[in-house]
Amino acid sequence: MENKMNVSASPHIRGNMSTSKIMRLVILALLPAAGFGIYNFGIRALYHMIVCIVTCVLTEFTYEAFADRPVAAGDFSSVVTGLLLALSLPVNAPLWIGFAGGVFAVLVVKMLFGGIGQNIVNPALAGRCFLLISFAKHMTDFACDAYTGPTPLEALKQGEAVDPLYLILGNTGGCIGETSALAILLGALLLLGFGIINLRIPASCFAVFTGMLILFSGKGFDEIYLVQELSSGGLMLAFWFMATDYTTSPITKKGQILYGILIGALTAVFRLYGTASEGVSYAILLANLLTPVIEKVTVPRAFGRRH
Amino acid sequence: MAHSTFKGGIHPHKRKRFTREKPIREYYPKGELVYPVSQHIGGPAVPVVKAGDRVLKGQVIAKADGYISVPIHASVSGTVTAIEPRMTVSGNLVLSIIVENDNQYERMPIEQFQPWQELEPGERILRIQKAGIVGMGGAGFPTHVKLAVKNPKKIRTVIVNCSECEPYLTSDYRRMVENPEWLVMGMKMILSLFERAAGIFAIEDSKRDAITALQLAAGKESRMEVKVLETKYPQGAERMLIYACTGKEINSSMLPADAGCIVHNVDTVCAIYQALAFGRPLTERVVTVTGKALANPRNFNVPIGTSFAELIDAAGGFSVEPKKFVAGGPMMGISLFDLNVPVVKTSSALLCMSKDDAARFRPSACIRCGSCVEACPEGLLPAKLADLAEHFQEEEFRNMYGMECLECGSCSYVCPARRHLTQSIRAMRRSLLAKGKR
Repeated sequence: MENKMNVSASPHIRGNMSTSKIMRLVILALLPAAGFGIYNFGIRALYHMIVCIVTCVLTEFTYEAFADRPVAAGDFSSVVTGLLLALSLPVNAPLWIGFAGGVFAVLVVKMLFGGIGQNIVNPALAGRCFLLISFAKHMTDFACDAYTGPTPLEALKQGEAVDPLYLILGNTGGCIGETSALAILLGALLLLGFGIINLRIPASCFAVFTGMLILFSGKGFDEIYLVQELSSGGLMLAFWFMATDYTTSPITKKGQILYGILIGALTAVFRLYGTASEGVSYAILLANLLTPVIEKVTVPRAFGRRH
Repeated sequence: MAHSTFKGGIHPHKRKRFTREKPIREYYPKGELVYPVSQHIGGPAVPVVKAGDRVLKGQVIAKADGYISVPIHASVSGTVTAIEPRMTVSGNLVLSIIVENDNQYERMPIEQFQPWQELEPGERILRIQKAGIVGMGGAGFPTHVKLAVKNPKKIRTVIVNCSECEPYLTSDYRRMVENPEWLVMGMKMILSLFERAAGIFAIEDSKRDAITALQLAAGKESRMEVKVLETKYPQGAERMLIYACTGKEINSSMLPADAGCIVHNVDTVCAIYQALAFGRPLTERVVTVTGKALANPRNFNVPIGTSFAELIDAAGGFSVEPKKFVAGGPMMGISLFDLNVPVVKTSSALLCMSKDDAARFRPSACIRCGSCVEACPEGLLPAKLADLAEHFQEEEFRNMYGMECLECGSCSYVCPARRHLTQSIRAMRRSLLAKGKR
């Protein structure tokens, strides 16, 4: 027995969290929103999800196989990217659009920058913005069998009234996974409960966004208006699931708060003063780019070195 | 009210049930005893016996070399067979005195013994040095040096570290449950050196029986308090313990005395009691022999110098095939490639693991989840420090407080990518320390 003992540096035990387990839990947390999307928009929503997920995973696998890199496509991270991308597509878009977005997200945004943990911006968000710029007509066509007319966010922008109850429940037009604030909040609770995310980023996003609306919208503290703004468009999905993306957000505690403040403020500016009705995607992408700088200026002082 | 603690830390599986309810048993060694002359921080002891000499239990076989050094005593009676380099827990060859046990356990007579109350404080500290007492929690710093602070009036808190936060270990727990009065007496002796200090038994809230035992034993002592802390790793790290007990923070270049504190391990306090009350030198210690691979995990009171290999048999041998042996706990212990190394003053446990997590998982890319940042009790950024260490960025490593790392292992434990964070950071720290750069 003596001749074959393992020897290594401490610690000799490990916790039970793994990258793949985290990703699977995120997928689980996305299921309420995904499920509601299918219920709300019909089976076509599911087709979009399948196309996006399969594209993302296959793109990663193909790249790794051809570039002769260790295959990490089985870690479910590309499944998360694919699902998030599908949830931010309009149901009426052609199915190939998910394929185009998926290839861009995983190949250009993730793999070319070094794969998991190395990308500078969030792949799903960058994929969505790529599609939005390239195929604007398909990406803003929210009319479908279930709903016609403008999305609630567009209506709000034009000063029309929207019933906040529908926004919270999600029986409205919009992208597949973003309509139901309730389903997304349920997922967010799961993320918090599993300890996947903490409140620093989302709470500072929401606080600053709401605060700026109160100050600068000209409507003051109007609960109905605030609920409408908070639960319309991709805001809920973006603040809970995309702003909290590990790779593209700061790892320092102070940095996470700063990053959340930045996203909240930019989103408010884009929504209040921008020409497009939606601005949260661009706000997060910009904040992603600033993450390295934010980390640099928020290196914590060590225990016992705080004075 | 929530119990006090520190920020960060982890909650590993405790796995203490193997030995929690196993009373401490005396162990009588069968083979030769090996006494490395360096079992403490400071100058190695100098052998004062030669091959062929007969020694008695408690006899000095190596004397202290200078002030920061302690003597080493025989833990059995018998004959010195050799003085030669032998393998120790760390894997180094260290000059050792080898004694063949005659199984008589004939004690060295104690000459002109004076009750400790009649001694001057300086003489009490001297008796502690003569008893060969060092910090038995793992560091092995000579206890008399710790106690001989420049201004004893500045010490306001004497903490006995009863937290035993490492998984598997129960030796301190058993001491507290079985002999709480030793700890209270030991505390009384330490407090006699620091007239303005209060005594704190700092213990995690999961050790209920030990809390009760200590509260009963310390009940009448006005200067002592049992302070219940949250159960969390590394609660027993000196800096974390001081923070939880007093709210004061010390860093790597400070001593506990800078925060008006003195911290001692449970076994050390028991050794102080034995030395001052009975003049007994430190010749044995409690060792938890545990792990899934063992048939009958136990706590033993083991004569120092006993081979670890013997303890396996004493614990019933293996029930399943062992994969890894660790001297100490699983978070900070040292893995052994040879069991024929002696129990020394700082050996708290022998852990026989049936699976090895460190080998089971392959490291993958960092996903920047920040778990290590949340877990680090020192408030560091382990993922960044490990990157810097792997690229030999010495300046940056020090600027990001890499030298403050406790090497507690919490970051590696929580890392979902299974990166060897602690290992990389440790390697860099050791290299910088060796170069004299703090």
